Amino acid sequence: MHGMTIDSKYGVPTVAVHTHVFEKVVQSVTRVSGMPQARYVFVPQPVMGKSARELRAYVDGNDPVTGRPVMQEIIEGLTRPLNGDQLKGVTFERSTPRLVEPDTEENLHRLFLENNWTDKLPIILPTEERVAEMLSHTSHKPDEVVGHMRSTAFREYWEYTVEKVAVNAVMAGARPDYFPVILALAASEASARGSTTSSMAAMVVVNGPIRHEVGMNWGTGAMAPYNHANATIGRAYGLLSQNLQGGSVPGLTYMGSQGNNYMYNSVTFAENEERSPWEPFHVQHGFKPTDSTVSVFTGCRSTAFTLGVREKHWREHVRNMLRGMDAHSAPTFLLDPIAARLFIDRGGFDTKEKLIQWAYDNALMPASEYWDYQLIQNYIYPRATFGEEPWVSKLKAAADELIRMFSLEDIHVVVVGGETNGYWRIIGCNYRKTVSVDEWR
Amino acid sequence: MSSEEQVIRASDVSESKKVIVLNPVGYPPKVTPKPMAPRLDTLDGKTVYLVDPRFDDSDLFLKQVRAWFAEQMPSVKTKLVQMSSVYTKDDPKTWEEIKANGDAAIIGVGH
Repeated sequence: MHGMTIDSKYGVPTVAVHTHVFEKVVQSVTRVSGMPQARYVFVPQPVMGKSARELRAYVDGNDPVTGRPVMQEIIEGLTRPLNGDQLKGVTFERSTPRLVEPDTEENLHRLFLENNWTDKLPIILPTEERVAEMLSHTSHKPDEVVGHMRSTAFREYWEYTVEKVAVNAVMAGARPDYFPVILALAASEASARGSTTSSMAAMVVVNGPIRHEVGMNWGTGAMAPYNHANATIGRAYGLLSQNLQGGSVPGLTYMGSQGNNYMYNSVTFAENEERSPWEPFHVQHGFKPTDSTVSVFTGCRSTAFTLGVREKHWREHVRNMLRGMDAHSAPTFLLDPIAARLFIDRGGFDTKEKLIQWAYDNALMPASEYWDYQLIQNYIYPRATFGEEPWVSKLKAAADELIRMFSLEDIHVVVVGGETNGYWRIIGCNYRKTVSVDEWR
Repeated sequence: MSSEEQVIRASDVSESKKVIVLNPVGYPPKVTPKPMAPRLDTLDGKTVYLVDPRFDDSDLFLKQVRAWFAEQMPSVKTKLVQMSSVYTKDDPKTWEEIKANGDAAIIGVGH
């Protein structure tokens, strides 16, 4: 992406070097960015962790995609004249037809599967009648634009309408009365199918009266496959993300190295407001208790869990859990109501904010260890050297000085569970936003 | 998954068994062609910026590229620069420097 910017916008001939597993991604991105003839060269994956000798072998060796010498390709990329057809391939007008060509149910199911329009589980075919029924549960017009979404920061945004969201909601098996919740998720414009190599998933927390209206689960098994609304709202969020952002296909528009099972329904559940001793999540974020909302988190990967909050060593236990999280993904506490009340008993945390403050003050790590994490090197260290706080201050710490792992505003608490026991967990993720469901009724 | 890559087909079955369904895919933007910079006649005597996006040890790779130029094409002047911040952000300050002081650029290793 930056190579195309330097080349096109600043007029400096540029060659971009990528690792070979990104061949299809690079070809696709340059094409849809209007520079299909952009000059790029591939070296073997990985670069990370290789010695100087090994990297020199990459430089002296061949491009694993073309089989030609890497440096020869680089030099040619900077000097080979443009041949006049550098814009070839960018004049086509892409458009999406409203209907799929009619066929038998069996063939259509196969078509949706082959086109990567599903999550590889059976779907409900989005007939006109089913989509119309879904649309009848919102006051918004079918052609109203809901938002724009893309799989990574380096890809183009795609646009989608209320009807397009309805099509995906039908496919997921959602009941029509769930539709305002699904529209709110689409309006978040946060993709549940991010293409990061880190295999992230999304998480959805539903608050307010809508939880009762559509029969969501916030009690026993809330994050498990035991509730139709939780299951299909989460599934719809995943399907609409992949289809409305222009795809989620491994090697092309999805590069999660290991993948993530959380993606099947994006960890979708309701907060147990009735049994929580604290303020609901959406009220913490400026909404009224009577408002219905969805709160979206992305970057969900790491999870730690334990049972109870022990009297003698609870502080050490929780610190151990926090230290075990990846330093780049801030902790969100998912507490069964039993665990929530134990935190009040043990630590006097009579508000979520007090528990969050304690976690912020106690998630500590020696500075040298913190800065050496690869994700911190990739995403935080450059910002620190650019002068951004609070990281630039952390950078001044001595190697063995304990520094805070997370930012206060990135730590969250949600209450969920049926009180069958005091188990609880911490999930590493990034809160994105809370969206009104009521506005999509 | 661009629309031209998707399979749109009709089977040879009777019309009565056919079902009409909606397409679940969103609307892509129109592709806008972008011009490319004219290429150089030669790299001899030119300044080539090696741009480190600060991702996954890319600086170590570029140091080897710089060493290659020093050994194999010593007439080429190389300058290794880091992007100002994280690679996900645009960096017009660095791009302006390259435009003002450089003749060509090599950026990597990115995704």
